[in-house]
Amino acid sequence: MAYVPLADQEQELSHPHSWITKWVFSQDHKVIAIQYGGTAIAVGVVALVLSLLMRLQLGFPETFSLIDPSGYYQAVTMHGMIMVVYLLTALFLGGFGNYLIPLMVGARDMVFPFLNMMSFWVYLLSVIILMASFFVPGGPTGAGWTLYPPQTSLAGTPGSDMGIVLMLISLVVFIVAFTMGGLNYVTTVLQSRCRGMTMMRLPLSVWGIFVATILGLFAFPALLVAGIMMTFDTLLGTSFFMPAIIEAGTPLDYNGGSPILFQHLFWFFGHPEVYIVALPAFGLVSDVLSVHARKNIFGYRMMVWAIIAIGGLSFIVWAHHMYVSGMNPYFGFFFATTTLIIAVPTALKVYNWVLTLWEGDIRMNVPMFFAIGFIFTFIHGGLTGLFLGNVVIDLPLSDTYFVVAHFHMVMGVSPVLVLYAALYHWYPKASGRMYNETMAKVHFWCTFLGTYAIYLPMHYLGFLGVPRRYYALGSTDFIPESAQALNTSITLAALFVGASQLLFFINIIWSLKHGKKADPNPWGAATLEWQTAETPPIHGNWGDKLPSVYRWAYDYSVPGAHQDFIPQNTPEAEEPTFDDQHFDPDHDKSKAEL
Amino acid sequence: MSFIKQITNKPWERKGIIGPLRPEGAFPVAPEKVALWFFLGVVIVIFSLFTVSYFLRMELPDWTPLADPGQLWFNTGLLIVSSVLFQLTRNQIQNGHTAKVKMTLLAAGLVALAFVGAQLLVWQELQAEGYYLASNPANSFFYLMTGLHAVHLLGGLWVWSKSIIKLLSGAEAKEIRLSVELCTIYWHFLLLVWVVLFGLLANT
Repeated sequence: MAYVPLADQEQELSHPHSWITKWVFSQDHKVIAIQYGGTAIAVGVVALVLSLLMRLQLGFPETFSLIDPSGYYQAVTMHGMIMVVYLLTALFLGGFGNYLIPLMVGARDMVFPFLNMMSFWVYLLSVIILMASFFVPGGPTGAGWTLYPPQTSLAGTPGSDMGIVLMLISLVVFIVAFTMGGLNYVTTVLQSRCRGMTMMRLPLSVWGIFVATILGLFAFPALLVAGIMMTFDTLLGTSFFMPAIIEAGTPLDYNGGSPILFQHLFWFFGHPEVYIVALPAFGLVSDVLSVHARKNIFGYRMMVWAIIAIGGLSFIVWAHHMYVSGMNPYFGFFFATTTLIIAVPTALKVYNWVLTLWEGDIRMNVPMFFAIGFIFTFIHGGLTGLFLGNVVIDLPLSDTYFVVAHFHMVMGVSPVLVLYAALYHWYPKASGRMYNETMAKVHFWCTFLGTYAIYLPMHYLGFLGVPRRYYALGSTDFIPESAQALNTSITLAALFVGASQLLFFINIIWSLKHGKKADPNPWGAATLEWQTAETPPIHGNWGDKLPSVYRWAYDYSVPGAHQDFIPQNTPEAEEPTFDDQHFDPDHDKSKAEL
Repeated sequence: MSFIKQITNKPWERKGIIGPLRPEGAFPVAPEKVALWFFLGVVIVIFSLFTVSYFLRMELPDWTPLADPGQLWFNTGLLIVSSVLFQLTRNQIQNGHTAKVKMTLLAAGLVALAFVGAQLLVWQELQAEGYYLASNPANSFFYLMTGLHAVHLLGGLWVWSKSIIKLLSGAEAKEIRLSVELCTIYWHFLLLVWVVLFGLLANT
């Protein structure tokens, strides 16, 4: 492979010669992004199918013999872990981070292309290890995605011999992959921005991904530490987490370990993880809303500060996941307070999205449907979060379907709607084709209304006291029989939503070949990635000259401009109203008031 | 505080190019160095979390501290020598005295390798005395933390081996300047981590 330095940048790019180096072992960030995204979506489909198996069992108990209690717990565990780590984290940061960062900051590629390629292949390895656990004796672990000891390693838990070990190894490998990618994203944003691109001219997508990556770099080590110690406990007989315990009548060799220590480590990773997923979603949706509302994002600085504040606060809220694990009441008080404080910058972001729409010239394109849908689901999920953040309300609701409904609404449905918004938004750039709009809109309505049909009733089930994680409810005094009818309807809705995702796959695959050729900038967006000479952008992104940036990312509907957007790389001189004779000193003021 | 100043800019007010003519990063250093800083941050988090776990676990009743072998003092000396040699190599390249670079760089890495070997000897000694990994949490933490430190050092030695091979196969000393500089930072950092770990293990 030859290395040719490009004239205007010291960074060296590898220029691939064969099909293998171009499409398989590629160092081009766009190809790596698509590899990351494709792998994440593929493994996400596995997790989706697992959730449908769970719903079949819950909706029609004693009907399907293929789901036994062990299989149910394995499905619950793998569904959760895959969705949170291997789909959402990988797709937002590995997929969108990789694709958008160099294009949006005006770089030719990531600063370390080889490391970037390694990041994908190590990620793929972690996925393969995880998938392998389906085929080992005993199957994958059924310990719940939180993997709480001591039950993870006891014989009663499915997959307690091989499954849990593969899960832990896979997580450690994933963290290695993430660290390689993360160092790349952070360094590229800091060091590789093009001329004129100050930090405050970055689109919010980049800000969200940037801060989320820093969170990931400093939060995943907690999972690494917990994972390593648990692997030692499982394989080598140490007692970091394992207390003295009797398994099926036989005392085990463990002695004195602290399960609660694991919980602290796990959630010290686990809560920032929520924001590792949420912050990129916040960023992407801000850009989608602004572009399709033809208006600058409301309160850009507040949005940036909110991202930074949420990132910082996310490290001091972790124990709100542990109110029922037993802790000093003052400890609970502290974490309830920080949890309510983190709602402030989050609410601020929601207000700013709504105010961005206010009096906008809204174009109801497909990405806009999903973005507005996200505002709805995120508000619902966020409000129930305020309930659960308070210790006294959390105690009765803990481990009920209310919690399931809350976290699916806030970090399941909401990020997924943003993912669809972003996929539909950037698909024309990445593929050079348009998709079928009607089909995409049908896909939106099925997904949006369908998820409400799934999760709204779950809140009610939670209030009834229906516990989560139960394979079958059986008959109890406090749960009315009608709860089962509700469960059946939820399952039907879930099957419907699951099937309707086929519309998305059919649409984007069909459109790859048969879609209408896309304009280079079909939405009229101002950010740099839409200003490339080729669509899709070629290797090296910018031809022989890097772009220069003259303005922020949100010059939409500027009064007096001849278009309703001004790309970031348009110099002042080319703007008809900004020449010296007609300079309007109040211009900026009036725009700021818009 | 330039960061605060940066993020209080009102980007919609100023048009035109802001900043220097050539694209320049947020920090006036090679991107590799920025990545290394972040990586050191990651490593700090890893060892801090182990340390916190160590203290929490220590309070539980089954903890029996292990007698730290005196050889650890010798090993610490090896690591200090290795760190000093790296600093020397870096200074030689910086000042253009490239004649002895091969020797000092080679010695720096070999002494670090000797440290890893000596750590293995400590492990064997402990095993021989009956301090097994799983017999007590204090032992488990000792093996785990020293092992993890050695793994980080081996990672550094991988970078070192690439530079030394390059140098021995005839490259100019200034071609490996950046990697020697990065190794030097990393070695000083790992020395610091080791001193903290050693202090922790020896005093509890």
